[in-house]
Amino acid sequence: MTTPVRVLVAKPGLDGHDRGAKLVARALRDAGFEVIYTGIRQKPEMIASIAVQEDVDLVGLSILSGAHLGLTRKTIEALRERGAGDIKVVVGGTVPRSDVTPLLDLGATAVFPTGSSIEMLVAEVRRITGADADSEDSSDSER
Amino acid sequence: MVAEGELTTEAGLVVERVYGPDDLGPDHAATVGEPGSFPFTRGNHPGGYRDRLWTFRQYSGFGTPEWSNERYKLLLKEGGTGLSVAADLPTQIGYDSDDPDVEEEVGRVGVALDSLADAEILFRDIPLDQISTSWTVNGTAAIMLAFYVAVGKKQGVARSQLRGTVQNDILKEYVARGTWIWPPGPSIRLIGDSIEFCAAEVPRYNAVSVAGAHFRDAGANAAQEMAFTLQDAVTYCDEIVSRGRMTIDEFAPQVSFFFYTHNDFFEEVAKYRAGRRRWAHIVRERYGAEKASSSMFRTGVVCGGWTLQAQQPQNNIVRVAYQAMAAVLGGVQSMFTAAWDEPFALPTEESTTLALRTQQILAHETGVTRTVDPLGGSYFVESLTDAMEEKVVGIMADLEARGGMVQCIEDGYVQRLIADESAAVQRKIDSGERVIVGVNRYTSDEPAPDLAPPAMDAGARKLQLDRLAEVRRTRNTRAALAALANLRNAAQGDPNLMPYLIDCVEEYCTVGEITNELRNVWGEYQQPTVF
Repeated sequence: MTTPVRVLVAKPGLDGHDRGAKLVARALRDAGFEVIYTGIRQKPEMIASIAVQEDVDLVGLSILSGAHLGLTRKTIEALRERGAGDIKVVVGGTVPRSDVTPLLDLGATAVFPTGSSIEMLVAEVRRITGADADSEDSSDSER
Repeated sequence: MVAEGELTTEAGLVVERVYGPDDLGPDHAATVGEPGSFPFTRGNHPGGYRDRLWTFRQYSGFGTPEWSNERYKLLLKEGGTGLSVAADLPTQIGYDSDDPDVEEEVGRVGVALDSLADAEILFRDIPLDQISTSWTVNGTAAIMLAFYVAVGKKQGVARSQLRGTVQNDILKEYVARGTWIWPPGPSIRLIGDSIEFCAAEVPRYNAVSVAGAHFRDAGANAAQEMAFTLQDAVTYCDEIVSRGRMTIDEFAPQVSFFFYTHNDFFEEVAKYRAGRRRWAHIVRERYGAEKASSSMFRTGVVCGGWTLQAQQPQNNIVRVAYQAMAAVLGGVQSMFTAAWDEPFALPTEESTTLALRTQQILAHETGVTRTVDPLGGSYFVESLTDAMEEKVVGIMADLEARGGMVQCIEDGYVQRLIADESAAVQRKIDSGERVIVGVNRYTSDEPAPDLAPPAMDAGARKLQLDRLAEVRRTRNTRAALAALANLRNAAQGDPNLMPYLIDCVEEYCTVGEITNELRNVWGEYQQPTVF
């Protein structure tokens, strides 16, 4: 038996637009991941605490308010403070092209700006977490 | 049930190959009525847009009050006919700009308003007796209303002259938009207080704009959008009527609505016609309204939102233009057309002007305003209007049977319906069953545009924080604290809180201070997380 890959979908800051976050959460669950959704308006420290408590492999931040640079930096810092710097962080939302590189420089593993397809996002999360293509029922996963 | 091979609208209403006279009901003329007469299917006024165009009201606001004031003056100079304030999230949720938890968000999706000093600057050189102002604020709506009344007083404008709308619709915030603060009970009480206050003191101000737009953009279809919204409106009207201090005819004319217009052209037209008729019946039959104006469904709309795509983004200009035409053929009262670059950032000066021009071309070049309800009597549109109304009635009956809107929200039922619909639509897009040009058909590898959206820089931030510090230093602290204490006491009882809020803002208490005072009495809402 292998442990399924665990993902935390999180909404940091005050932005309440969570259509995208919920669709991503559903798509990852349907793809065999164990998904936890924080709900909206979470502080970065709270997200980091949940990530540690729930022992997730990856945190997906959804930010549509334009505050992605500061909130991503704070979330990554909060994870590191809790000794959980190994948890990967990916970011999606209303992110202008010019902010993709700065987000990667802050330590995000991948960025999914507006217009990213869900299929591509799921494939990327699989690749990043090392989850096997058919992890729901696979016994040959390396994890 | 929809049979195999049948065509439907996005909300699942069956569309036949062709329609004819037999598709109109036997009492068609009476069911539909005339423009300006109950049940207002064909519009609220006999003259329609011949007498008065809709209001061109572009949602705008960013950074500091100084910056936003300049943008408002630009929009008015370019032919905008009303203002629509976009406030930043801290203002909408009740945090001051110097709160360390919200530093990332100050001035970002709207203007930062901490105290009356900011509101005074926001409306500088804008005569409040001539321009109407709409506020997309909900949690802190009553505080914004207090700001507006107080700024009017400083400009020498009587309360009775103030015009505009405060969105003030908290129920959909719990479901979709997320700027809730307190639990539903006290939040609805405060909405009731502001409706009563406007009815008594600010008679030309819409005290609530019951908004379906956010259900829609979160994933609801057009029928759900209308049904959830009317059910919210019923909840607010029940609150006021149950107090026994006011009759429906005293406040219903100040209840207004707000919706998203998406791409399904005739369904959108039918949605507005059906909504107008259904609301007229509800107000008359459920509450016994006698005045005709009580039964009028007056609505603003927004075109754009979720329907706008990041791929081939200039296609969005075309989408918004069609949506705007559908809204006008549906007979709406005011409109915001979103800019094509909305998927990426706040609009530039050029893109926001183009969005306004879209409405101006519609109003002045296409000729759609020449006759009232031009699609009235269309076999198809009348049938679709009937079908839409029937669907809305069914959804509302389901919500009532489950204990009403508050119960359905607290249970997460409405959230689940929306998430299911959103997921179903996404599946259709992924499979190509629903075509989106540039996304799943006629695609290209065009890179995303390089945009230079306005940014809240360090200087603007310092200006905002300095002013807030100045307000705290120079106000009459004793009077400010007394006003807050009076508010707290009043919140523990049941007097109308609006006079207390006006006292607070006139003593330069801040949005954060006022909100926290009420948080201490009422607590904070706890969200269910459904996906």
